Amino acid sequence: MELTGAEILWECLLREGVELVFGYPGGAILPTYDAMNFYPVRHVLVRHEQGAVHAADGYARASGRVGVAMATSGPGATNMVTGIATAMMDSSPVVCITGQVPTLAIGSDAFQETDVTGITLPITKHNYLVTDVRDLARTVKEAFYIARTGRPGPVLIDIPKDVQIARTEFVYPEDPVELPGYKPRTVIPPEDLERAVELINSARRPVILAGHGVLMSGAMRELREFAERGRIPVAQTLLGLGNFPASHPLCLGMMGMHGEAYVNQAIQEADLLLAFGMRFDDRVTGNVKTYAPKARKIHVDIDPSEINKNVKVDVGIVGDLKAVLQELLPHVEPVDRSAWLEQIDEWRDDTRRRDILNWDGGGKLWGAHVIHDIWRATEGNAIVVTDVGQHQMWEAQYYRHERPFTLITSGGLGTMGFALPAGIGAKLARPDEEVWVIAGDGGFQMTQAELATAVQERVPIRIAIINNGYLGMVRQWQEFFYEKRYAATPLVNPDFCKLAAAYDIPAFRVTRREEVIPTVQKAREVDGPVLIDFIVEKEDIVYPMVPAGADLHAMIRRPVEQYEKEVSK
Amino acid sequence: MKHVLVARVENKPGVLNRVASLFRRRGFNIDSLTVGETEVPEVSRMTIVVDATRTDASRVVHNLYKLVNVIEVEDITEKPAVVRDLVLIKVKADAKTRPEIIQLTQVFRGHVVDVAPESLIVELTGEEDKINSFVDVMRPFGIIEMVRTGIVAMVRGTSVNGHGRVGGNGSVL
Repeated sequence: MELTGAEILWECLLREGVELVFGYPGGAILPTYDAMNFYPVRHVLVRHEQGAVHAADGYARASGRVGVAMATSGPGATNMVTGIATAMMDSSPVVCITGQVPTLAIGSDAFQETDVTGITLPITKHNYLVTDVRDLARTVKEAFYIARTGRPGPVLIDIPKDVQIARTEFVYPEDPVELPGYKPRTVIPPEDLERAVELINSARRPVILAGHGVLMSGAMRELREFAERGRIPVAQTLLGLGNFPASHPLCLGMMGMHGEAYVNQAIQEADLLLAFGMRFDDRVTGNVKTYAPKARKIHVDIDPSEINKNVKVDVGIVGDLKAVLQELLPHVEPVDRSAWLEQIDEWRDDTRRRDILNWDGGGKLWGAHVIHDIWRATEGNAIVVTDVGQHQMWEAQYYRHERPFTLITSGGLGTMGFALPAGIGAKLARPDEEVWVIAGDGGFQMTQAELATAVQERVPIRIAIINNGYLGMVRQWQEFFYEKRYAATPLVNPDFCKLAAAYDIPAFRVTRREEVIPTVQKAREVDGPVLIDFIVEKEDIVYPMVPAGADLHAMIRRPVEQYEKEVSK
Repeated sequence: MKHVLVARVENKPGVLNRVASLFRRRGFNIDSLTVGETEVPEVSRMTIVVDATRTDASRVVHNLYKLVNVIEVEDITEKPAVVRDLVLIKVKADAKTRPEIIQLTQVFRGHVVDVAPESLIVELTGEEDKINSFVDVMRPFGIIEMVRTGIVAMVRGTSVNGHGRVGGNGSVL
């Protein structure tokens, strides 16, 4: 059957199982939008193309499927850049489709022309400019295959307007994708397996570092079995939270810059690190020269370029984590590591003593308390989508994730403005789940226009703004490292409740601790999107903190005396 | 230590740009990069020389593999290989110095490919060291212009890239 390029695109998207596309129309993508009318696909109209990519990203992370974002050429495409870079850094499978000026106009500085494949080359896993309609079907199939396999990531397809209009015989490429230079696979050399097993079974103080790869690979059960069989504690990266139940006795929680002190202590004292689907990011290691000095290291990752990139390892295994763990599991011996676990518990007690949860807050509202109360009110069952900054770290510390895929956050790129659109995407991916968007007052304003998207598309997300009137995390650095010279961090904010009202979104303001849980409960009953503006302490700190580049054990701890004094008052 | 990498890549528009962009954004230091056709029309071949004192060659290999259009990468540094660089040198030459330059060119088994009243162009092919010494020898005469291709390399013997994997009818790999 002869179809236009635009029709072929939709035919192919349907065959990839696409039900939902986030996008924003414009001149160069018009033929595709017009053809959309004839296909059973839901289109979610965002208010800015960055939001379309974040929403597709949130959709992908919540569902495990490929998210799709669509935009026009030029500014539509360049607006996607931040979203694409975010997806790239966090290995999120997103396919972006952009319109382009007609092929004959390419290179002539035509209206709304941008070299988007050139611009996105370093921030996509791969990208395509389709200049012949006969290549379109195969290209779409390849794009989805590349986006979701191996180490997932964003793929962009740029389609000139004339290619969308051109007609050709549509033959869907039924054969599996065969790319000469792209063959993700798991090969474990027997000597590596043997060496890994030897290191694992002889370790006295091992720690598992469980990352995002556990979730991407679906290796949660294998991870748990591995940890339980070997009695090995599990520390998690930010993006790994949820890959191991927070309440599990072997769960240590988040490691790194804002990880609890005992977690980092355990890593620094470990004699073996088992890095599963993580990449030794600088936020995780601190100073690499002094990182885990006593530990042998085994690194399992799907991306060979991650092995020995930041941290030299003793054994590097390239492959799908689930398959690798299945290979390793039968060889893991139940070793008595009670002395090591007791030691960690001792460190953990010291952390507990300093925990802000032990303190009533002195009549003030603290961000960490708000997050903890949201966790209590939602019984730890919500999908939480966070923005970037202090609230993001408090969430990681105080919302204890029991289930996988319940924390969605911009880790690698640290993209402010991520939460609201990504939350919309997550809720649309999993409509039966309760989705909370938690954002700071700074980041929220970067993409707050997407409130209209939530209303127009009737996406019942719950939004919590942790409002301290500052760019809190930057202010914290200024307090610690720039003698409190608060350059450009104080914010004069709109009244977020009035803002919500302008969108017909019910909103609540909370200023006192005792109001938190009742208000959260009220918000949960609202039919449709809802917003709570939590006015929290302005100059609060995320403790503990490893200053950038410092040794992992050189943490700035919460001053215990302060709280003891406050408590005794 | 110089590492010689041979990459077989898809012969498609923009692939060289992808490779160059990778080197730039990862901060890889490259001495030379050549690209050209192969026995298979759909495949181009790049020879990349990495200064391993500044850049870990295995990181370059792993990152090249991340590019979807890169089919195969081989570090042939330790393999017996034919390695060639080509240079064109335009050197000052008058009636007095011309015979000496031509003689030196013959010693290096180069060719004089252009003769003008006040200059000569010499073409020379060989391993990098040989080219370097020839350039040193020419320098006193006055080098007006010089261009080098950067090296191309091929593993000796019947194997493809030292793999022993040979396919027929263009079905290599």
